[in-house]
Amino acid sequence: MPVTPKVKVQTEDFDAGAESGLLTSGRKDVGALVSFTGLCRDEAGTLSALELEHYPGMAEGELTRIAQQAIARWPLTGLTVIHRHGKIPPGDNIVLVIAASSHRRAAFEAADFLMDYLKTRAPFWKKEHLAEGGTGTWVDAKDGDDKDAARWT
Amino acid sequence: MNIRYFAWVREKVGIEEETIELPSNVKTVSDLIAHLKDLDDYHASAFEEEDAIRVALDQEHVEPDTELGAAREVAFFPPMTGG
Repeated sequence: MPVTPKVKVQTEDFDAGAESGLLTSGRKDVGALVSFTGLCRDEAGTLSALELEHYPGMAEGELTRIAQQAIARWPLTGLTVIHRHGKIPPGDNIVLVIAASSHRRAAFEAADFLMDYLKTRAPFWKKEHLAEGGTGTWVDAKDGDDKDAARWT
Repeated sequence: MNIRYFAWVREKVGIEEETIELPSNVKTVSDLIAHLKDLDDYHASAFEEEDAIRVALDQEHVEPDTELGAAREVAFFPPMTGG
């Protein structure tokens, strides 16, 4: 039976270790767990925070669609995707993807796919808050992100 | 139809959302963009770089040539930068 992904869009922080535990506790069929955490960086001290805007409803919907694609493509035993929104200071978590499977290849690839698709398709936008005060610009999408996503088609 | 804007598209239009009556000649997303551009300078500025704008119809990604059909909500936004 295909697994049901856990998808959350929230302002509060997440605990990557605890989320990993939820995918493995009480199970004996999980042979591989790949966890990716994306954090806010300060861009050499120039940023005081990133403000993440999202499209409520569509953000959850699109993350779920991407997660379902991963589940259809790889034999996963569990999949968790958590994306934060709001103002996030450097050093704090932004996104978590955990893929669990019987074998490593499926877990590695599913987590990689999830992040590539999430970056180009999930409706979130980052605005910079500057260390010297005031707001900076909206972060530009990178051409490389489209190329990364195209690896999976 | 309910129209929503996000990120710099929202800032340029100056509002988060609005409801407009569609003229009968507006059939596709592209038609709607052309109509919105003619509303005022704010809309014109937001849609100036039309190729940079992404569109969702009832919260799913679509291409500009998609027909609006019976959709209730359309959203315009820049390329996404989450993750």
